[in-house]
Amino acid sequence: MNNKQTLVVIGNGMVGHTFLESFVKSEARDQFNIVTFCEEPRVAYDRVQLSAFFSGKTAEDLSMADEGFFENNDIQLHLGDRAATIDRENKTVTSEKGVTISYDKIVLATGSYPFVPPVPGHERDNCLVYRTIEDLEKIKASAKDAKVGAVVGGGLLGLEAAKALKDLNLETHVVEFAPRLMAVQLDDGGGAMLRRKIEDLGVSVHLNKNTSNISDGDDRFHKMSFADGEELETDIVLFSAGIRPRDDIARDCGLETGPRGGITINNNCQTSDPDIYAIGECALWEGRIYGLVAPGFQMARIVADQLSKGEMSFTGADMSTKLKLMGVDVASIGDAQAQTEGALVYAYQDDAEEIYKRLVVSPDKKKLLGAVLVGDAAGYATLLQYKLNEIDLPEHPDSLILPGRSDESVGLGPDALPASAQICSCYDVTKGQICTAIEDGNTTVAALKDCTGASTGCGGCSALLKSVLDCELTKLGIEVNTDICPHFPYTRQDIYNLVIVEQIKSFDELLDKHGSGSGCEICKPAVGSILASYWNDHILEQSHLSLQDTNDTFLANMQKDGTYSVVPRIAGGELTPDDLISLGQVGNKYNLYTKITGGQRVDFFGARMEELPLIWKDLVDAGFESGHAYGKSLRTVKSCVGSTWCRFGVDDSVGLAIELENRYKGLRAPHKIKFGVSGCTRECAEAQGKDIGVIATENGWNLYVCGNGGMKPRHADLFATDLDKETLIRYIDQILIFYVRTAERLQRTSVWMENMEGGLDYLKSVIMDDRLGICAQLEEQMTHVVDTYQCEWKTTIEDENKLKRFRHFVNSDDADTNVVFVQERGQIRPAREEERTLAAASGEI
Amino acid sequence: MSNWTKICSTDDLQPNSGICALVDGKQVAIFYMPKLGEVYAVDNWDPFGKANVLSRGLIGDIGGAPMVASPLYKQHFDLKSGQCLEDEEVKLNTYEIQINNNSVEIRV
Repeated sequence: MNNKQTLVVIGNGMVGHTFLESFVKSEARDQFNIVTFCEEPRVAYDRVQLSAFFSGKTAEDLSMADEGFFENNDIQLHLGDRAATIDRENKTVTSEKGVTISYDKIVLATGSYPFVPPVPGHERDNCLVYRTIEDLEKIKASAKDAKVGAVVGGGLLGLEAAKALKDLNLETHVVEFAPRLMAVQLDDGGGAMLRRKIEDLGVSVHLNKNTSNISDGDDRFHKMSFADGEELETDIVLFSAGIRPRDDIARDCGLETGPRGGITINNNCQTSDPDIYAIGECALWEGRIYGLVAPGFQMARIVADQLSKGEMSFTGADMSTKLKLMGVDVASIGDAQAQTEGALVYAYQDDAEEIYKRLVVSPDKKKLLGAVLVGDAAGYATLLQYKLNEIDLPEHPDSLILPGRSDESVGLGPDALPASAQICSCYDVTKGQICTAIEDGNTTVAALKDCTGASTGCGGCSALLKSVLDCELTKLGIEVNTDICPHFPYTRQDIYNLVIVEQIKSFDELLDKHGSGSGCEICKPAVGSILASYWNDHILEQSHLSLQDTNDTFLANMQKDGTYSVVPRIAGGELTPDDLISLGQVGNKYNLYTKITGGQRVDFFGARMEELPLIWKDLVDAGFESGHAYGKSLRTVKSCVGSTWCRFGVDDSVGLAIELENRYKGLRAPHKIKFGVSGCTRECAEAQGKDIGVIATENGWNLYVCGNGGMKPRHADLFATDLDKETLIRYIDQILIFYVRTAERLQRTSVWMENMEGGLDYLKSVIMDDRLGICAQLEEQMTHVVDTYQCEWKTTIEDENKLKRFRHFVNSDDADTNVVFVQERGQIRPAREEERTLAAASGEI
Repeated sequence: MSNWTKICSTDDLQPNSGICALVDGKQVAIFYMPKLGEVYAVDNWDPFGKANVLSRGLIGDIGGAPMVASPLYKQHFDLKSGQCLEDEEVKLNTYEIQINNNSVEIRV
């Protein structure tokens, strides 16, 4: 046994886990053995995203712990075992299952439980709460035979719970005791607008309702009776009427607790026993319980610091919040209800667009005290900075919420923010930290995200992050040259727009009008790709030929010895035994090295340039088409076998994969594009690691976008759920063309998304709400590309002129003597330099 | 000094691109830039990739000087001098080339 102290962390929820993550990185880590108790059967998961469980996310998706976190950090985890008692005299913790641990320090992160009002009938079947994944599984089971669901509680969590019921296709009701929704965060006007928007979505809202009894219903399972005499029949009652701190373990061992619950803590987050800390929703600081995760995370970091350096302390937390409830943007800052004496209010209401905004300012109109935003929360980040940093308001504060009627910019320039200003509230990243990262050479949004973690949580600060970056670069005198190359003073997107607006059809025309010199290996292929994706001419037409990289020029992939590899399209990875035999015959005939690719197709290596047309003649005759493995274009649509054969499959993934591959084959893009289609959530096609991923659900298809495997893996973002095939294809059409038009050259969709201001929400608004008014154009362009598809190889072998290039020497039929193969594992491979020398010496070549 | 050898006709040249010719057992990359009215001839051998591929590289200019970029690892070579722009110790051989009555002629 070592002489380390023992730290026991009770509770592995979001806050408990954040504490562990912070503590294992701290200097004191090595002085402690760490033991943690987790009552739930799984380790910490993202409870804030809980309703996503019903819109396609799995328990694994929501998990907060990296694989191997506990093992790698040498943390003793007791899963599914609740810490039951603390013996402060003997300094031991004993669990429900009888494990006893001697402790030196304890961190209590027991969280809270849902408050269930003691209404008669609240213990009936199908009266449920909404807190854990197990709760959700119960809700899902009850919903199977249900038509109607009612949530008791119209607060933040209640509305989340209502979304869950809605996602289960129940007729959904929200029953609230107070006269408005989100009574804590909103004012009457904001609450009314939120109600209106939520009712538009088909959720019934009942205010001023005090539930007095729950009994058997006449038509449905329950009848809820209200104090005002009204009644509501429902199959499920979901209580979400607030939370209560879980403080029993602290109370039982004599720690000080508040009169209405909560474990009392000081500014160091210590309880009345200095060896025991409490953090998160179980802790009571200055008579307050903080029911949001951000203050809990803050406390977690403070205790990690207290155990090592002891420099940080808790001095309260800002309760401002911005969220999306059932697709409705809602934000609340500071004193939203104007309770400060003498406070002045500015309000803006637009019933047509269903937007409500309200500012609460100090009597002298100098400082922002609070704000409410419903329907449009775009101004949240700016307003929050005014509030937190006590920045002087503009002369007319209402300009901050009125729609832009003048050219006057009302946004808060990032220069006005002090270095201490918090830019990212999820990961507590300040402007100062971002500026340091920029000075260290992180000069793109993606690099900043990577290095500081900013904007990798909810993403709400991405626009602000970008403006800080731009402003700092300007100040540092770094001119951000976004020109594609010295021949064109434009970005790729600018060039795309020039091609569209002026209907430019060739590189020479573009160079004459907008460029200089002869071009280079940067601009030529980029323009070649732009022209191909817009006009869809054959890439080997005379005016385009000299723009193509060697792979495109010879419609094959050049390998290290100057030979090529050949990949025929095998859409969806489906091929008949006869197809397979044909492929084998071609491989044999030309003595090609043969390998299966990661994209479920066959790759032939070792083809000499002059052999390519012969090989393709045979492949085309056997019914194959170009696989575009050589192009920055759609590669493969990988699929699992799907419902046709698989006993778990819920839809025909192979059929859809083939349809998608045939639709998008040939589309030229800034970089290669890969798809995956899985027939169920087991996800055997790994669709969430693809540019476009589709997963079958009971009710349609879930669409994921901008994932990536390879060097820098990125989990794809869930774009939309339960789509029918027509909508799915329309969304993919438009997303792809939007990517083709706006990405940088050689930028994969994953990086494109990382750098997109506004991120996923912005992309959604462009595609789903047609915010830029371009969806029809995008669709038209994709239709053109689909309608003008040709197999590049079929066209090439039928055209004498195009075939002229496929010989190594213009003046001889000899082959390149430098290409030498040797045998390995029954196939050819290029000879290494020493083998080549040997062969030459023995006279073989 | 050897005499001019006819390689091919001007119709065989690829505008703004390259072809490869076999001259006295040597592989020569030939590039044609019609706008400048110029033809260039350098080694087809890529000294970095160690393969006969330079005729398949993209051509253009850097700062106005005509260049070819290797299709394997993207090094640039000046078409007039053969000089590699990334490594001053590497230089391709260049060859005299001319167009004579629709014939492309070279002297190795």
